[in-house]
Amino acid sequence: MMNEFILLRHRQIPDLDQLEVYRQHGGFEAFQNAVTAMNPNDVTQEVKASGLRGRGGAGFPTGLKWTFIDNENWPHYVVANADESEPGTFKDREIMEGNPFQFLEGVALTAYAIQATEAYIYLRGEFWQIAASLDQQIEELEAAGLLGEKIFDTDFSLRIFTHLGAGAYLCGEETALLESMEGKLGQPRLRPPFPPSYGLYGKPTVVNNVETLTNVPYIITRGADWYTSIGTEKSTGPKIFSLSGRVNKPGNYELPLGTTFRELIFEHGGGIPDGREIKAIMAAGASSSLIIANEEALDTPMDYESVPNVGADLGSASVIVIDDTVSIDWVLYKTLHFFSHESCGKCTPCREGIYWMRHIIDRIHQDEASWSDVELLNEVAYQIKGKCLCALGEFAIEAVTSGIERFESDFRAKAAEISSEG
Amino acid sequence: MIAEKYAAEIEIILAKYPPDQKRSAVMALLYLAQRDGGYVTKGDMVEISEILGITPTEVASIVGFYTLYHDQPEGVIRIQVCNDLPCALRGADEFLEKLCENLGIQVGETTPDGLVTIEAVMCLAACDKAPMFQVQSADGLSYYEDQTVSSALEVVETLRKQDAS
Repeated sequence: MMNEFILLRHRQIPDLDQLEVYRQHGGFEAFQNAVTAMNPNDVTQEVKASGLRGRGGAGFPTGLKWTFIDNENWPHYVVANADESEPGTFKDREIMEGNPFQFLEGVALTAYAIQATEAYIYLRGEFWQIAASLDQQIEELEAAGLLGEKIFDTDFSLRIFTHLGAGAYLCGEETALLESMEGKLGQPRLRPPFPPSYGLYGKPTVVNNVETLTNVPYIITRGADWYTSIGTEKSTGPKIFSLSGRVNKPGNYELPLGTTFRELIFEHGGGIPDGREIKAIMAAGASSSLIIANEEALDTPMDYESVPNVGADLGSASVIVIDDTVSIDWVLYKTLHFFSHESCGKCTPCREGIYWMRHIIDRIHQDEASWSDVELLNEVAYQIKGKCLCALGEFAIEAVTSGIERFESDFRAKAAEISSEG
Repeated sequence: MIAEKYAAEIEIILAKYPPDQKRSAVMALLYLAQRDGGYVTKGDMVEISEILGITPTEVASIVGFYTLYHDQPEGVIRIQVCNDLPCALRGADEFLEKLCENLGIQVGETTPDGLVTIEAVMCLAACDKAPMFQVQSADGLSYYEDQTVSSALEVVETLRKQDAS
């Protein structure tokens, strides 16, 4: 285990959500150093060298994304994605509540790196109180001369604003988020062009997740070499794992990337309640493939390169634990109801496909289906695959196809119930 | 008329966005309109469209798309229970069922006094503290975590008393 928190520092430092306390612990030194002594490009290059990858789920190299910003088109924008809505994910909320100034410093550093003078924080509507706190904290930063006009007597100016969503999972997808910010329906855009060339109001925009941005001040202060000493070669740095489901101690755990599922679930999470056995793991919230929780899977390091070896992705590292009391058809019933509700309706395969998958899984779940319904469910899932503008359609089928393939006996049992009655 | 009632707040909201991108303020203005009465009226939508220079239909489409906006009066206190997968693995379905039983209503219904509506909602990012719910009321949104049916009923009673006073 790490001795020192890098992201969840509020667990070690009381009152870290007070600006004075944050500054006593080195807060805004990275920002001051960057603005007064570094070129914007140096900041980007340091982040690129750190190997930091997007913590929202896609795992795209952060510094590389910043280099894609179109310098022929101005102004530039930074948008922090605080729409945290993936079932099983509750890490950004803890950062913003406990360690908000490190997050805001990350936003400010990113803005300096791409020379944006305005940054927005898009929060899900339910984070209404967090938005109100951030508004106040931003005011404090302006009063302290850390935001606003001509910061540290340089030519760099920056303002940060909050923007509340209103209950739409899809707004966590970066182009849907930008549409929503523009006052439109939260539906994805056709890509390319990607946000670094055509983002908010058609201007070059970097969209980064809250956890990603919260890493940045440390990378600037301690350097890329220090950062790459944490984690694995291709998955550097610390990660907050949101652990939920059938575990004794659910919660957020900040651990180096590359920590095994076993260590997270059994050492930190205290194992499975009521002496039950672990059956399946979803590593990326409801958008995950179902991993068979055998010894090989439990010993798999949770990093971007290793999780695919057990047929899944790390995603946002929202680890949902499923024990042997649960039938996998019920898991699909839950995830399909979620995705059916959250499909934005733009792409037909997702809108109609998930609607029908939900109806089929309802029948299976209610013991009214035969094996051919299970096959039909699988078939509809494969018809959605690769046919939508954004990843929601793909996410919705991950649990379906992997669940039927890897936990076939659960579905056989369901189908057998109907055939034995019929 | 929200333009008069919330003039100062509207000014602050509009100042967040570039002058030619006022439409971005639509979500924040809808929250303002919803503050009284818990839902957005047709009149509010027309007024917001005039402030932002878009059509009332465009405003209505936003209300329809996002789940936190309502265009019908329901209970003044909306109890929104998350029963998504992680919460359900911690007993949210049973919690919701028993809570409804105790209040004598089904999911989606409002108590006869018109005060309390129970809804099942999607993930609220509090999966480790289930069963949990949020309360949406004129005061905004608040989270209630690690709940039991009896603690939830106490919350409902407290909110009822607050509303009565």
